[in-house]
Amino acid sequence: MKFHLPPQVMHALIGAFALLIIASIVAMLLAHLNPQRDYTELRLRLKTWWLIIGVFCFAVAFDNDVSLVVFAFVSFLAFKEYLSLIPTRRADHRVLFWAYLSIPIQYYWISIEWYGMFIIFIPVFVFLFLPMRMVLIGETQGFLRAAGTVHWGLMTTVFSLSHMAYLLALPAAGNPAGGGDALLFYLVFLTQINDVAQYVWGKLFGRHKVSPTVSPNKTFEGLVGGVATTVVLAVALAPWLTPFTRYESVAAGLLIGVFGFIGDVTISAIKRDIGVKDSGTLLPGHGGILDRLDSLTCTAPLFFHFVRYLHY
Amino acid sequence: MSLLRILFVALVAYPVVLVMLGLNVRNRARLPRGGPAIVAANHNSHLDTLVLFTLFPLLSIPRVRPVAAADYFLANRFIAWFALNVIGIIPLQRKRAAASGDPLAACYAALERGEVLLIFPEGSRGEPEQMSELKSGIANLAARFPAVPVVPVFMHGLGKSMPRGEWLPVPFFCDVFVGLPLHWNGERKLFMDGLQDSLRALRKKLAAPDHN
Repeated sequence: MKFHLPPQVMHALIGAFALLIIASIVAMLLAHLNPQRDYTELRLRLKTWWLIIGVFCFAVAFDNDVSLVVFAFVSFLAFKEYLSLIPTRRADHRVLFWAYLSIPIQYYWISIEWYGMFIIFIPVFVFLFLPMRMVLIGETQGFLRAAGTVHWGLMTTVFSLSHMAYLLALPAAGNPAGGGDALLFYLVFLTQINDVAQYVWGKLFGRHKVSPTVSPNKTFEGLVGGVATTVVLAVALAPWLTPFTRYESVAAGLLIGVFGFIGDVTISAIKRDIGVKDSGTLLPGHGGILDRLDSLTCTAPLFFHFVRYLHY
Repeated sequence: MSLLRILFVALVAYPVVLVMLGLNVRNRARLPRGGPAIVAANHNSHLDTLVLFTLFPLLSIPRVRPVAAADYFLANRFIAWFALNVIGIIPLQRKRAAASGDPLAACYAALERGEVLLIFPEGSRGEPEQMSELKSGIANLAARFPAVPVVPVFMHGLGKSMPRGEWLPVPFFCDVFVGLPLHWNGERKLFMDGLQDSLRALRKKLAAPDHN
């Protein structure tokens, strides 16, 4: 157990809690003042935020092995949700078992801080192994689609998301302002705020659709307003939580803002392809867990390499 | 023996069904709160019974009894002990033996004791995620106990997770749809058609594409 969070992370968490408490009070007041309007979605979304922040606190409050188990479980839930959505072949039953097995192994590499293995295990070894296992079964009908879809799922829900966990394994010296915990908070907080900000700006000023076929509700105004909000917050928070200079924090904000959007619409495109609205019902009001992690599948690896290149 | 059954559900069914798989239950409130009642579910996997167990309160488990094929589950002594004492099955002779009496006698007795019967009217697990023709034995139960509700339950995803012939469950989120309770309506074919239609209607609510 560590239980000694860096003070910056502690303050940041208290700040996030305060935001959420204010949001919950505002939602209660709104529901009280306009009893005829239905605020179920807002209420459910807030409930999910509480859940996310609870899981986050749990993940960072204990030592790294506990955090890794939490992150591995999140990857497991996301990968399971993905596999439950896509069509899979009966013949691949055991292949899917091996695909699941790559989750604990991937997080094990993080626990022993073997960066080289962490970074190639899924893109190279699992990528080569699963089709080989499929060949041994011998079903060729739909082979490419099955191999492709399973690997795409592993890359997004396991490989990409595991970069969040590797932030915790980075040497503390690289970020005197709170270490990996602070970087993780910075990434997750900005990615989630970016989603909310894009939604709110879009609701207020949205006119021009930015990707009409994939996500008709997303607007250019929402995107620009959201990214701007994220950049402002990224610059404001950087001195407390990161080793970034002013310019680097602007770049980090742009990166999280723009690629958060791209991760979001990519998962939307997949859902459209499959023909579902929400990826699942695990998180009330937010659809499934993939709906909530969609932006992070893109921002986590990019932010990780951005930090690592500049400061480690 | 009820302690064994509660332990099995708490230590095996809950972790497997709620953590490894994950359920999405629609209209849970339609499930019977107590017996006597009959739950009629589609059948694709051994996991089906575990899933149905988790839909009932833990302490009521000793009164929830799956009806299962005697030829399969009583095949050897170990499996028979496990099926009878840990799962708590009511064995059913699928092929009517000439000498013995009514094959449903044990089911009648259970309903008279106020228990909840879990019945898979398809009679076997069949092909993954396919529904086969329903066997009409359940109509005999409904006719004899017209006051007992028959609750249709459609489950999806379990044939993907652990189909017949596989021993290793692979995690998938599974859907459970509970239908409105049916009652005996005086005619065998009418009753069976009603049950079939209800299960099909539940299946239509499924958003995800089928297994292929």
